[in-house]
Amino acid sequence: MAAKNVKEGEVAMNMDKRIIKIIEKIGKTSDKLIEILLEVQKQSDENYITEKELKIISKELRIPLSKVYGVASFYSMLSTKKRGKYVVQICNSAPCYVKNSKEVAKFFEAALGIKMGEITEDGLFSLEFTSCIGACDLAPAVKINEEIYGNLDRDKIYKIIDSLRKEEK
Amino acid sequence: MVSFVSSLCGKISPLSLKEYKDNGGFDGLQKAIFHMKPHEVVKVIEDSNLKGRGGAAFPTGLKWKFISMENSDEKYIICNADEGEPGTFKDKILLDGCPLQIIEGMIIAAYATKANKGYIYIRGEYPKTREILLKAVEILRDEGYLGDNILGQEFSFDIDIRSGAGAYVCGEETALIESIEGNPGRSRFKPPYPPSEGLWRKPTLVNNVETLANVPLILSFGADEFKKYGTEGSRGTKLISVSGNVVNRGVFEIELGTTLKEIIYDICGGTLKDKKLKFIQLGGSSGACIPQSLLDIRLDFDELRKYSIGLGSGAILVVDESTCIIDFIKNTMEFFKHESCGKCTPCREGNRHIIKILDRIQGGEGSERDIELLKNISLLMKEASLCGLGQAAPTAIFTTLKYFGDEYKEHLKGYCRCGICDMKGREECK
Repeated sequence: MAAKNVKEGEVAMNMDKRIIKIIEKIGKTSDKLIEILLEVQKQSDENYITEKELKIISKELRIPLSKVYGVASFYSMLSTKKRGKYVVQICNSAPCYVKNSKEVAKFFEAALGIKMGEITEDGLFSLEFTSCIGACDLAPAVKINEEIYGNLDRDKIYKIIDSLRKEEK
Repeated sequence: MVSFVSSLCGKISPLSLKEYKDNGGFDGLQKAIFHMKPHEVVKVIEDSNLKGRGGAAFPTGLKWKFISMENSDEKYIICNADEGEPGTFKDKILLDGCPLQIIEGMIIAAYATKANKGYIYIRGEYPKTREILLKAVEILRDEGYLGDNILGQEFSFDIDIRSGAGAYVCGEETALIESIEGNPGRSRFKPPYPPSEGLWRKPTLVNNVETLANVPLILSFGADEFKKYGTEGSRGTKLISVSGNVVNRGVFEIELGTTLKEIIYDICGGTLKDKKLKFIQLGGSSGACIPQSLLDIRLDFDELRKYSIGLGSGAILVVDESTCIIDFIKNTMEFFKHESCGKCTPCREGNRHIIKILDRIQGGEGSERDIELLKNISLLMKEASLCGLGQAAPTAIFTTLKYFGDEYKEHLKGYCRCGICDMKGREECK
């Protein structure tokens, strides 16, 4: 029991250190909050910002936790809920919509065996909609983490998922 | 098609200062800071009649004049690179293709308005572009184009890059300013406008990427050369982003005054599989839906105004007959519902109620009263919303009710000509 507590303490210390490092790199002023949140999320394998992380950021930047949470929940790219290692964002704005983005969502749901808003059991993928990602000349398009995939059809979608799964093995 | 503001995109290596200078880069800045006084630079931009390319088409020279007249030792230049309007991807071409040109535009703007600090607010969806900009700024700092005493002159200016995080509303300048300050991007009450009280309540110039990219060219070639392009009231060229059911999708540079027909049929090769064109939406999701019969309209600010249409960001979404008007509008309004910042009631509640009405119509339970409600709520949003988002959100509703009223009526009778709405709520379908 005691050993476990020590270990937990260590993990918490490491988290503190990791976040303080990010803050120092980006700048310890309140206007850098969004940049800091983006970076903290980027370094997470689960693509979200935990409550503990929000608290550390709040303390370090001397911003009320309510405001840190307010910012984190306002912006679509930031998440306070657990997501997959690969966040599949399906564009459902008009240019993708007229190129059948609804079908694309269905194909992804079928290929991953989850519904929109869910995470696969292995934690590898999560599915969500996004507003326009500026890949309208490639519609229907999705963004998976920082990569854009366009001109999608059923075959392409299965190939993308297969290749990402292989990368993880 | 023409090649003016985008002439270096794809032709030079984006981060090569040498290649940029060999192709006339920084001629405009040198002319400005070695041979002109700040007010003379503002005058050149005013004379060129350049209008903002982000969507509102506000005269750029006038905006610059407002800021230059402010008495403050702290002024800011912001490059609005948050192009979030669905169907718009033209700024990305400039940012990726010739970032130095945009930064040169910012430095000239800073010299003209006596600003000392600049920000490029790049949308979070473009992480690779952000990296390019970071490098570009670093290169220019090393070469003495940014920082203290630029090119040995008594003029200092530096630039920071800030990333958005996925909020359409941050394209609105006061929401963008809030976001740079580290807050949720909620629009401010206006006035005061940013030229008098913007970032950290200091005079702030917010210009779109394409607007700034035009500046170095106007300076180095002169206002008259710029005015050779376009029409009497709409000078210069425009980058348009074409998407949808059309053969050639992409970004094209055209002279203002070109007709929609020329763009869709001559430049973009017409609709896919020769399906019948239903409408084009001009200026993104906040823009008007224009039917086939009006495609002779020229992209000219004055001519468009006669039809109460705005050019917006220059996005052109081509939609063919297989798309149902009601379902399209619902998709559009769901976008606005998601992107509304929630600060003002007309926009926050209006979008929700419009979607409820559209659900009723799609479900086969719509009535004449719903159409009236739709009109009323749309009008209220347009008149009473705090910022451009809510004011422009119902534009597609107004224009489709005007040009495709029959299709709304058909739905009230339980019929969707595209077979998309299932009308399950109707008695005869139950």
